[in-house]
Amino acid sequence: MKRSQFWDHVVLVLGALFMLVPVVYALMTSSHDAVSIYKDGLQLSPGGHFVDTYKQVLTEAGGFTKSVTGLTMLWNSLVLGLGFAFGKIIISMLAAYAIVYFRFPLGTFFFWIIFSTLLLPLEVRILPSYEIVQGLGMANTYSGLIIPLIASATGTFYFRQFFKSVPDELVEAARIDGAGPLKFFIDILVPLSKTMIAAIFIIMFVFGWNQYLWPTLITTDESLFTLVRGMKQILQVWIGAQIPDTNQAMALAVLAMLPPVLIVVIFQSWFVKGLVESEK
Amino acid sequence: MKRVQFSHPLMPYMLLLPQLAIVGVFFLWPAAEAIRASFYLEDPFGFGSTFVGLDNFKDVVSASEYSRTAWFTLIFSAAVTFFSLSIALLLAVKADNVIKGASTYRTLLMWVYAIAPPVAGLVGVMLFDQHIGPLNDLAHALGWNMQIGVNYFDTAFAMTVIAVWKQIPINFIFFLSGLQSVPKSVQEAAAVDCRSSSRRFWTVTFPLLAPTSFFLLIINITYALFDTFGIIDLVLKGEPGNNPVTLVYKVFLDGFRGNDLGGSSAQSVILMILVFALTVVQFRMIERRVHYS
Repeated sequence: MKRSQFWDHVVLVLGALFMLVPVVYALMTSSHDAVSIYKDGLQLSPGGHFVDTYKQVLTEAGGFTKSVTGLTMLWNSLVLGLGFAFGKIIISMLAAYAIVYFRFPLGTFFFWIIFSTLLLPLEVRILPSYEIVQGLGMANTYSGLIIPLIASATGTFYFRQFFKSVPDELVEAARIDGAGPLKFFIDILVPLSKTMIAAIFIIMFVFGWNQYLWPTLITTDESLFTLVRGMKQILQVWIGAQIPDTNQAMALAVLAMLPPVLIVVIFQSWFVKGLVESEK
Repeated sequence: MKRVQFSHPLMPYMLLLPQLAIVGVFFLWPAAEAIRASFYLEDPFGFGSTFVGLDNFKDVVSASEYSRTAWFTLIFSAAVTFFSLSIALLLAVKADNVIKGASTYRTLLMWVYAIAPPVAGLVGVMLFDQHIGPLNDLAHALGWNMQIGVNYFDTAFAMTVIAVWKQIPINFIFFLSGLQSVPKSVQEAAAVDCRSSSRRFWTVTFPLLAPTSFFLLIINITYALFDTFGIIDLVLKGEPGNNPVTLVYKVFLDGFRGNDLGGSSAQSVILMILVFALTVVQFRMIERRVHYS
């Protein structure tokens, strides 16, 4: 028993290192100066320029994207992540409530319309989506960035599954007490869904923050770039430079991964529960 | 559906309205538009379009570049799916086994889930860089003259490694939760009957993981097809040249760079059919699982 456990640990440590080392390289390299990275390659030990580099990428326009600071990009990422998560939760909770708790003409029809969105990811209808959103004058706006992403019914699907597991007796009791559908929703169903809402919020925030293709198409104005959206520009400017500012590129990559990673690690149990439960 | 339901003349429609409006404008309309455009030849200067029937599809399928891209996509998807699933399964089995530090390992192996594919792509490109990348140095030390962005195979290799790295955590999470839901009594009974732990795994535990594995298989194929876009875009640095691209990347290239609307739409429709088939298979599988459990 002891011996087999030893090899288990060896495999797990190797696995953990495989996941960890690339990010350690990114973090450590961002604390060196550009010239020494150019000479010696990526770094695995801390250097003395941590504060300078991060101050520079956060506050100075120029460097990578030429017209925006890292702080602006961080803000845009936050708007996209939060806007997407809140928008998705509100809209999908309302829709799932209607689908599960009401009997009405065309109910089944609407249900299938909404769930048809699960069949086709944004990537396969990207060109017409872009043209329509641009035609509506929503290119280079936060709403054009966020709302089309909400069209997929994943959230509605999760909430529908959850609402179906809520005992019927609660509705009966509420009806006997004279509570209408609105009161039941606000006073009973929403408080009951708290954990579910938190789990979905985490998943959706990470999903929104990490969006790449859609922001790449719909925001051409650099003041609306998110960090993730800016990755390619960062790389392209980096290629063009005489002595590439690898430290700054890595610093922006670290900033782009930090918030979602922190949220996932801190709220790990909720997040894992939400992820696994929602697929049942 | 619920046994007990509310009935109200207007409320359900009002609750559904926001979602239906968004689905209508940002999903149904573009999807219909993609299907329509695939049958038309669009004038690149915007002077209308002519109906050409299936010509766009014929052109797409007969182009040698398309079959090259399709083959690459197939091999790339198979490699990403196979390696990320098997590495994750190995790690999940070990993490389920150990007593000490189980939760630490779990955190260390799942946190990469939160990193966006293009961010993984950027870090990966730097690690494989010809001047400063340690992985490139390692390849050279092993006698492999690695040239990412120049050599077709080397570029494909880098894409695959980054895509596998990014996908291991989600597979790990699902495998581990699948393993943890195998009843203790089943494990103990198996341990009494059979002393070889690897045989126990393949004959008892692995079949119990089948639903999880199948679900993950679909998820991974979908990931390799679509979500790797950011990784590929960063590895290619926006300059595809003669490098490998996936089918989804080609839709983007032809539509936005090449201005070939009809061809790009026809490719979209082909992908739609593919995804549709995958999703139907997935749903049937979920239904079946619900019936048996």
